[in-house]
Amino acid sequence: MFNRMISWIDQRFPLTSFVKHDLTGYPTPRNLSYWWNFGFLAGFVLVLQLATGIFLAMHYKADSGMAFDSIQHIMRDVNYGWLLRYLHATGASAFFVVVYVHMARTLYYGSYRKPRELLWWTGQGLLLLLMAISFMGYLLPWGQMSYWGAAVITNLFRATPFIGDQVVIWLRGDYGVGDATLTRFFALHYLFPFIIVGGVVIHLIALHTVKSSNPSGINLADKDNIPFHPYFTIKDMFGLGVYLLVFFVFVFFFPNAFIEAANNIPANPMQTPPHIVPEWYFLPFYAILRSVPDLIGGVVAMGLSVMIFAAMPYMDRSRIPGGAHYRPLYRLQFYIFIIAIFVLGYVGSQPVTDNIVLLGRGATLVYFACFLFLPIISKVEERMLLKRGLPPAVRAMVEGEKA
Amino acid sequence: MSGSDTIDNPERRNFLGKITTVAGVTGAAAACWPFVNSMNPSSDVLAKATTEVDLSNIPPGGEHSVAWQGKPVFVVHRTPEQIKNAESSNGSIDPEADSKRVLKPEWLVVVGICTHLGCVPNRDPEGGWLCPCHGSMYDASGRVIRGPAPKNLEVPTYSFVSDNKILIGKA
Ligand code: FES
Repeated sequence: MFNRMISWIDQRFPLTSFVKHDLTGYPTPRNLSYWWNFGFLAGFVLVLQLATGIFLAMHYKADSGMAFDSIQHIMRDVNYGWLLRYLHATGASAFFVVVYVHMARTLYYGSYRKPRELLWWTGQGLLLLLMAISFMGYLLPWGQMSYWGAAVITNLFRATPFIGDQVVIWLRGDYGVGDATLTRFFALHYLFPFIIVGGVVIHLIALHTVKSSNPSGINLADKDNIPFHPYFTIKDMFGLGVYLLVFFVFVFFFPNAFIEAANNIPANPMQTPPHIVPEWYFLPFYAILRSVPDLIGGVVAMGLSVMIFAAMPYMDRSRIPGGAHYRPLYRLQFYIFIIAIFVLGYVGSQPVTDNIVLLGRGATLVYFACFLFLPIISKVEERMLLKRGLPPAVRAMVEGEKA
Repeated sequence: MSGSDTIDNPERRNFLGKITTVAGVTGAAAACWPFVNSMNPSSDVLAKATTEVDLSNIPPGGEHSVAWQGKPVFVVHRTPEQIKNAESSNGSIDPEADSKRVLKPEWLVVVGICTHLGCVPNRDPEGGWLCPCHGSMYDASGRVIRGPAPKNLEVPTYSFVSDNKILIGKA
């Protein structure tokens, strides 16, 4: 009966061949490490955010007079409302953790390199969407941090040439952040995740066209690929278990770790809290914004700091296959870059003092230098490695790929 | 229609194709406008465009903040000393004479929104303001004296409807 049903479908829709080609039988490099788990985890978090978000929306009221109270209603009166909210709030932070690790893995192993440029760029688009969604979602509780975060960020659009002021008013639908802003942020916060789902499908189609990269950086022979199921379903499930252990420690024991205390005060357009900070996942970019002493310059630098990742496939001019593991200079640079990000994150969380400003400027320079000097460094490194001698097979590969 | 498959006048065909594309794109762009414009402030928001302030209960040296268009506006009753201070300089980052910023020297009216990124500056007992967000400082005339704010606090259009009353939002 079941088989007959399947064959009925198969005559009309490529179900079996799709499952075989893209799910169970998808050829996967056998040497993938646990760093390759984070793409799957990001997908999992996306589904969890969608689910909790839809159920929260059943109880939330997007009205500046009621929003703050409706969160309290969810926390106190709605059955398991506290769980839905804490899952959603913690999930937002978890999403960024997972996505940042996923990106760091891509950078370390050079997975952005040819032929995976489009895969990397669709990922960049997904990151931008994720940032927009989390920013808009953060306004919804209508607390002091929500309000002033949204006020400062929408104000950044004042840097638009000529029509800056109008753009800000247009974005807000009011002269300041107000009811109109809240309602539209809610509408878009609900819409964009579905665009992300579409983007993920494109990301995966690109992935299944070029196939997964692997720690060696060399495309493996067919015999070194193994079917996704059961080998990587089981590996992903194990990773998921570990992830959930950590995730639930936060959900159940430290649910307020990612909720600013000031956000438990209802939004007040007449009073700015003494020290406003963005969510942790925006801190490095916020620090770059503050490091430039000019509004427009700061906004441009911040935008660039996010978008510059897209240039990686062209900045990295080395022909040496493989990731940072086989490239000493690139590896050093990778770690310097990671340190710069952490320093910027710290700077972004601190109130402005002279020393903090200095530290922030230094780290900003290092951040951009890592990208700008990459073309030179990767060439120098290539020459160095060629001189030092490579295994003949790798050498042939480098020479085969004319620069 | 000639009824044959050959195109007898390809130039004409091309031209028509281009015209159709242009008209289509223009139409589609025009159709976007209602959606885009619906995001601008609605009439009820615009209707709150003026605010009246009674000045009689603000003592000298006192400051009142009122909401105008959902934004805080600082109304300050300046003391003679503060006036003297404000008039003695033109500010440094965005120079402007104090007399250009007030209708009557005792009354300073400024929008209480930091020109950097829009936080509400706190009153400094000296007679100026300090922004809590990124540390900009403003003097007794609302002029910026320390960055990162690029400009002085904005002076809204307002007028005295009587000796003790101002109307913000209308000259
Ligand atoms: S918003 Fe006031 S200093 Fe930045």
